[in-house]
Amino acid sequence: MLAVVGTIPDKEFPLTSGPVLLNDDHINIRDKAVNINRGTPALLAAAVETLKFMKKPNPVGYLIGDIGLGDGSRRLYKFLTENLKSASFHTITFHYLQPDVDWCNKVILTIEDMSQRPILIADAGFMYVAKMSGNATIFDLFTPDAGELAFLADEEAPHPFYTRGFILHEENLIPDLIKRAYIHGNAARYLLVKGKQDYIVDKDGIITVIDSPDEEALEPIGGTGDTLTGIVSALIASGMEISLAAALAAKVNRLAGYHAMPTPATQVSEIIKQIPRALEDVFNSRKTLI
Amino acid sequence: MSLFKSFKKKIKNEPDPQNQDRGILVFENTSEVIRAENILKTEGWKIKVMGPPPEIRSGCDLVIEFPLIEELYVLRRLTEVGVKPIKVVPVNSVLLKPVDLFQIRDFGRHLMIRAANMKIAVDKKTLMIVNVSGGGCPDVPYLASQMVGKYLTDAPHPGDIGHTLCGYALQIAYDEIRNRCSL
Repeated sequence: MLAVVGTIPDKEFPLTSGPVLLNDDHINIRDKAVNINRGTPALLAAAVETLKFMKKPNPVGYLIGDIGLGDGSRRLYKFLTENLKSASFHTITFHYLQPDVDWCNKVILTIEDMSQRPILIADAGFMYVAKMSGNATIFDLFTPDAGELAFLADEEAPHPFYTRGFILHEENLIPDLIKRAYIHGNAARYLLVKGKQDYIVDKDGIITVIDSPDEEALEPIGGTGDTLTGIVSALIASGMEISLAAALAAKVNRLAGYHAMPTPATQVSEIIKQIPRALEDVFNSRKTLI
Repeated sequence: MSLFKSFKKKIKNEPDPQNQDRGILVFENTSEVIRAENILKTEGWKIKVMGPPPEIRSGCDLVIEFPLIEELYVLRRLTEVGVKPIKVVPVNSVLLKPVDLFQIRDFGRHLMIRAANMKIAVDKKTLMIVNVSGGGCPDVPYLASQMVGKYLTDAPHPGDIGHTLCGYALQIAYDEIRNRCSL
């Protein structure tokens, strides 16, 4: 089963855990409904669609309201350290959380005590703190974009905001940045680097590059990275090998974007609606597409 | 060997991970340090007054260590009470500077600016903010919800309602896109 840990951009949203359902443009958890237009709800919506296609159970969400003050994130971190040990998940995806090195270390120590070690995926704030805290290599998959890859590649930078210019300049040299991130121990076992081309890599180099369909208008659309992380998390939680899941997820996310006929003004909920069709496309003609 | 410990091996001279989320506030003089310390401690921040690292020693013999991720919020609060620091730097790499490079993409009707990990896109004709993307701190979805669909002339500034370094990066992208749209 997949668990997703993240935040809701509403400071009043209480700490809530439980199975997540999808109803049109909202996810439902317990008695609460949240719009899927961005962030962790967009990730969860994409994961629900993918798990449904794979005939697997819905994800479990661990969610709390946080608008950047970090208070909600720290309560959620505390809850995880108190409750995760007795839980059992195949895969856990950590998403929009306030980076906090102390709490990240405590959560990882708790995971170490779980009876079965889950596959660990990190994106957004938890990917930042996994790198900051020196724990990147514990994770099985990170899903950075080009700017975040530069941050992973910069061994000095504590946050993408402080990435050094000479590394940011190398954005077009993605393979070099990947190598640098692994040399300094700041990458997960696998990386799914999302961008004009999606790279699936490990410490030995590039495994696959997915570059079609190429919809330039997807880049400015908030949430397209979240949907990719949701799809790959769901495929991995379904039992698929990580690098294959990453390649298929990249293809599905691109096709969902393509089917939405996007402009830079398109909202990610329109793309999420196309995920079932994109999954059909990819899995029905997998041999010719990958 | 435990899973955690087995992965703790780091290359020599790497930054200390335990300090990676901490920053340093540098002030003009010690009385400002004391005022800032009182304000931040009263408001519940995890801060520490300490001596400055040699690279940034400039006369004042005290600095304040604080949670770097929340730089935007801390700076705004100290500015409000008139004790704005002269410099903010990460603890582990005090010579690092905030990103000042932009990536600009023109999609015809729409313009996108990226600063660090944050992107903002506007409709060039109407000046409406059509998307905010990137980032990883929890104020990013909040900022997007507050800004998307509003016009550049009316939208709240990320520097006013954001709290983190992602919010700070979005403010830089926001300033640049306003500049390019001649606002």
